[in-house]
Amino acid sequence: MAEEKEREGTEVIVAEYHKKIKDAFEVFDHETNNTVDVREIGTIIRSLGCCPTEGELHDFIAEVEEEEPTGYIRYEKFLPVMTKALLERKYRPIAEDVLLRAFEVLDPAKRGILTKEELVKYMTEEGEPFSQEEMEEMLSAAIDPESNAINYRDYITMMVIDEN
Amino acid sequence: MWEEELWNKTLKAALVIQNWYRRYRARLRARQHYALAIFQSVEYADEQGQMQLSDFFSFMLENYAKTPKEDSALVSRLFENTMRENRDRQEYVGLIDVPDSYDGPRLQFPLTFTDIDLLLHAFKQQQTLHAHYVIEVLFEARKVLKQMPNFTHIKTSPSKEITICGDLHGKLDDLLLIFYKNGLPSENNPYVFNGDFVDRGNNSMEILMILLVSFLVYPTDLHLNRGNHEDFMMNLRYGFTKEILHKYKLHGRKILQILEEVYTWLPIGTIIDNEILVIHGGISESTDLNTLHKIQRNKMRSVLMPPMSINREYDVNIKKNKTGSSIATPGKAESDNFPSEQLTKHEWEQIIDLLWSDPRGRKGCYPNTSRGGGCYFGPDVTSKILNKNQLKMLIRSHECKPDGYEICHDGKVITVFSASNYYEEGSNRGAYIRLSYGSTPKFFQYQVTSTSCLSPLHQRVNTMEFNAFRILKERMLSRKTDLTNAFQLRDYSRSGRISLAQWAFSMESILGLNLPWRSLSSHLVNIDHDGNVDYMSSFEDVHIEKPVKEMKSSLIETLYRYRSDLKIIFNVIDTDHSGLISMDEFRTMWKLFNTHYNVHIDDSQIDELASIMDFNKDGSIDFNEFLKAFYVVHKYEKPESRPDQDKQKLPPASLKTADPKLQS
Repeated sequence: MAEEKEREGTEVIVAEYHKKIKDAFEVFDHETNNTVDVREIGTIIRSLGCCPTEGELHDFIAEVEEEEPTGYIRYEKFLPVMTKALLERKYRPIAEDVLLRAFEVLDPAKRGILTKEELVKYMTEEGEPFSQEEMEEMLSAAIDPESNAINYRDYITMMVIDEN
Repeated sequence: MWEEELWNKTLKAALVIQNWYRRYRARLRARQHYALAIFQSVEYADEQGQMQLSDFFSFMLENYAKTPKEDSALVSRLFENTMRENRDRQEYVGLIDVPDSYDGPRLQFPLTFTDIDLLLHAFKQQQTLHAHYVIEVLFEARKVLKQMPNFTHIKTSPSKEITICGDLHGKLDDLLLIFYKNGLPSENNPYVFNGDFVDRGNNSMEILMILLVSFLVYPTDLHLNRGNHEDFMMNLRYGFTKEILHKYKLHGRKILQILEEVYTWLPIGTIIDNEILVIHGGISESTDLNTLHKIQRNKMRSVLMPPMSINREYDVNIKKNKTGSSIATPGKAESDNFPSEQLTKHEWEQIIDLLWSDPRGRKGCYPNTSRGGGCYFGPDVTSKILNKNQLKMLIRSHECKPDGYEICHDGKVITVFSASNYYEEGSNRGAYIRLSYGSTPKFFQYQVTSTSCLSPLHQRVNTMEFNAFRILKERMLSRKTDLTNAFQLRDYSRSGRISLAQWAFSMESILGLNLPWRSLSSHLVNIDHDGNVDYMSSFEDVHIEKPVKEMKSSLIETLYRYRSDLKIIFNVIDTDHSGLISMDEFRTMWKLFNTHYNVHIDDSQIDELASIMDFNKDGSIDFNEFLKAFYVVHKYEKPESRPDQDKQKLPPASLKTADPKLQS
């Protein structure tokens, strides 16, 4: 009996996940033919609350692509893989304090800031480097034009407020 | 070892930040898309409401039994061309003097390129062209446009490229930016402007004047196609009429009368190098270019005025007499019924399809339910029609695209839209295309901004979102009664709460907007920790301002919901353009409206309403004043955060050129 109830509960959750995924997918489905441009997949996954790395994203795309890649991802292939990711709580987002510590690692002198040059160097040369567009966008919001530096605590606080 | 450890730590830290930022950015982009989806679906729902008005007009005519005098005035307003051929321009132009004190641009006829420069310079200084010149330009334009065929044929060559621009919608900065970047029109720099020059933006008149003057100076090199907004009834609803009456208080009505006719003489489309068809909207599976070439296009006055047969009995007889004997072709039989000033139904639909349709990925041809007119056409329809007419490509506009242009149907259909920031600052780019025979089209994108650099993404998204949700809330408010009933139907325990799924379903079915309701819910309504929705919380911080205290809220809601429709209906009834209608006319119209739209307002309320609207107690109603009184008050709105409509426009600055991105 308990098992049945649990299954029913999961079914309801899955149904709601399906609706959420459909909503997010449709917003990017410009031609309303149940496909989206593969370049939008990252945005869709992230808008559903997941935080894959670029590497994880590539793996995901490989799973949902056609055998002969067309540049488009079909909803029928996307749905099961995305549902599984949500159910398994894959690609958990990064907590605020982890983010803060990451900035502190890059700022060993504990100034509370990173200069523009330092930020650019780390973001475009280390890890999974930013594209020029990504870098410019981050700079436009993060850098204080007077000091030409980012106060990362303030930045994090502002972004978190914005999110909520 | 220590160094390697440090490098590892740095790497991990960078990864964390990048990962987090990418998610943040994706969320912003998704929010931007949601806001755009809201703007677009509300816009199309409005257009659909517009189209339904035409049903009401037929209904109204069938039932509007009055004295022959009033009846014929209304009939002629709706059916016949009010411009008599022999109405001399002198009657209009001669009557309007330009005072010496006028320091705006003075045009000299015949027009030359100097006049184009003069206008551009003056409009940059935010001057207004005097009514005398506006009317002269309109008369001159009518004269020249009349001689043009329904479709203009153009030839390009490698040395003579042509530029195609899409919707401008009164956004003067975008036109100025295009001319700045791409050069002014001339014999060596031809242009096609693909409709929708007016409505929505603040400078529809200025754009129209620049385009018409340029056309008069270069009639073989500057081509204008009619869009669905080159329609006097659309202008009533979407802002151009208001702009004209505001800028030209004395002579506005005269301008509107002539403009009505000038629109009908605009060509329907352009054919380039016998290969590329350029029209404003799209096509349908029954699009027949042969018919379209021969139509008398000037009889297409408005999308809200489909051909109506006057003699209904004849129609019925035709049906009864259908035997095996040769039946007259539908077109012919119908045209016997119609006054000669009308198109046949088939012809009228052909033009509507061209001006209103949208391409979609799904195969086939379906009624365009979002807009209420034209159709959705699939890639198979495109192939069929293009092949049938030995054409290679269709270029159209009509839909706002985030990047200013979009290619679909396997490269055969291009959408080009030239009004950047159409919905909101940062909502989309504008674009134009440069074409010449034998080479692939080149796309140029831009985005006008009033500051010297684009504000950061999150600010732009916040503003867009704010405005999108504002519009959505107002929409919800206009359907408050129906929504409340739908929610309560599902609230078995009368707790004031229902599940998110139930809420989403109700919203979609009542509002008729295809939006991701679950994702939007947190902005519209309060949700508790169980995931249940407090459905009345949406209405807590908004209400419709009552023009008169004693009015019942259901009546207020109805008037608010239909205010745009009512404005148009009133304007149509007001045959002498006085801005007033009589109490009798109002009562009759309102009763008809009541019946047709199925709203539940009883007669006593109507009488009460009529006497309330008669402010001066003189038996007539100033409907514009009355309708202005209905607006929504948002409780927690900060005045600074509202978009400023009269913003001073600084010179455009931001321009990006795109790489040729044509997919084959």
